[in-house]
Amino acid sequence: MEMSKTISNVPARDAAQKARPCGDGVVGENFFEVSDLKKSIGEQKILQGVDLDIRKGETMVVIGRSGEGKSVFLKHLIGLMDPDSGSILVEGKEIVGLKERQLRDVRRKVGIMFQDGALFDSMTVAENVAFPLMETGIRDRELLLERVGQALDKVELTEHMAKMPINISGGMRKRVALARAIIAEPQCILYDEPTSGLDPVVSESIDRLIRRMQKDLCVTSLVVTHDMNSVFRIADRVAYLREGKIYFLGTAQELRDSKDEYVRSFVEGRPVENVD
Amino acid sequence: MVKIIEATGALVTRFLRYQGEVALLMLETFKALFLGKVRWNLVGQQVVSIGFGSQLVVIVTGAFTGAVFAAQSYFKFSEFGMDSAVGAVVSISMCRELGPVLTGLMVAGRVGASMAAEIGTMKVTEQVDALRAMGVHPVDYLVVPRTIAIMVSMPLLVAEAIGFGMLASHVIVVYGFKVPGAWYMFHVVEHTELIDISIGMIKGFVFSILIVMVSCHQGLAASNGAVGVGKGTTAAVVVSSLALLIFNFFLSLILNYMSPLGSN
Repeated sequence: MEMSKTISNVPARDAAQKARPCGDGVVGENFFEVSDLKKSIGEQKILQGVDLDIRKGETMVVIGRSGEGKSVFLKHLIGLMDPDSGSILVEGKEIVGLKERQLRDVRRKVGIMFQDGALFDSMTVAENVAFPLMETGIRDRELLLERVGQALDKVELTEHMAKMPINISGGMRKRVALARAIIAEPQCILYDEPTSGLDPVVSESIDRLIRRMQKDLCVTSLVVTHDMNSVFRIADRVAYLREGKIYFLGTAQELRDSKDEYVRSFVEGRPVENVD
Repeated sequence: MVKIIEATGALVTRFLRYQGEVALLMLETFKALFLGKVRWNLVGQQVVSIGFGSQLVVIVTGAFTGAVFAAQSYFKFSEFGMDSAVGAVVSISMCRELGPVLTGLMVAGRVGASMAAEIGTMKVTEQVDALRAMGVHPVDYLVVPRTIAIMVSMPLLVAEAIGFGMLASHVIVVYGFKVPGAWYMFHVVEHTELIDISIGMIKGFVFSILIVMVSCHQGLAASNGAVGVGKGTTAAVVVSSLALLIFNFFLSLILNYMSPLGSN
């Protein structure tokens, strides 16, 4: 069993921190540094010591089977869930133990696209997308409309601006959520299953948008997904979450070339066979 | 025996925990109310929803309670030739007890359920998490506007219920039972003080805080999808109604001690 890139042999903390170009800047520092993160819900141990660094400007994709705790991990990164133990540094600042109001500054650096969109039912599509800007104090109606138009244009939904979320499809809701996540131009965007339930054409366009956000704005991205096509299109690095820990960490190519049975079975979408 | 003690202990712990959670929510709300940014546009929307939206319920409740109470009082009082005293009894009862309590119960049913269901649905569909993720405290956005709106609306709704109750009792007694209107009004004015109406409005104000805190807490604590929201909504109405009735008893004692009935 080849384990050259599984986390037991190559811990995330030891992974090479090579600087590489990103837009006009250079990345290399970590946006997130997660150490020994543990979380149980009831009797179930979800995260059992996750170690993972996410570098500034990279697109990190977290894969894993359903129920492995990918979304739980993602929510921990901006304090939406409290861990049982462990540490999470955001740009070097510890966020574990901070109170809700103390997390505000950290959260304003990060946009998040929730799995089912989490759009506000009581607002139109345009109002939903404008919400993060309005919360930063922007009240100029023309400016808001312009920025909302630009954000919705990126997800090809400008003609649905006046509709209520209940009146658009699930896929459209996801794209509106994406527009809401990017409108305030955060330093980092967290995507929870951005392409699940979308047709292949829209999925591909979402992936392109994620790449463009990274290339043009040097946005750090963390994408939680099952969609292996998406993984190979967007990932700089991939982390495979298995049994509450990062089991594999490497580039998309390393993932593709991995001989590890668990990794291969996940990538190829088949049951695990002949594992010691 | 051990099991009974364990079960009782668990029940007491759960009750104390619940009380603590509601108290903390109240503390956070009032802290945000005085120190945070109040979203006045949301307060306005909530005033319309709570105050204006409760008009029909409150008017019908106040009017028919006043009417039936006047009718029952008249049937008994007329046996002793005290027909015109009905106004005084109805007035005091509506102001001090029936107006605030029945308005509180109706608002708990209409508004409390709506608050718990709306916030609960937002919670289970991750809309509350979305707010938090954008750096918006859910208490600031969801609880504070509702708290201000209901604290403003409830005393006025109570006053409205009292007013319509009095009007309906006047119509029933004077036009229905032919009691002289002047005598009826004389007794109402003679026995009703400003403090009686104030007591009703003070109770309304206290009940408003009970309703909003219990209902918002149930909403924010909702989990397990639609079933959880349903349970939270039911609990919001049941708990706020029971709390309202219990608080009313103690409030009546305290307010009556401060301003005894018939002391003026």
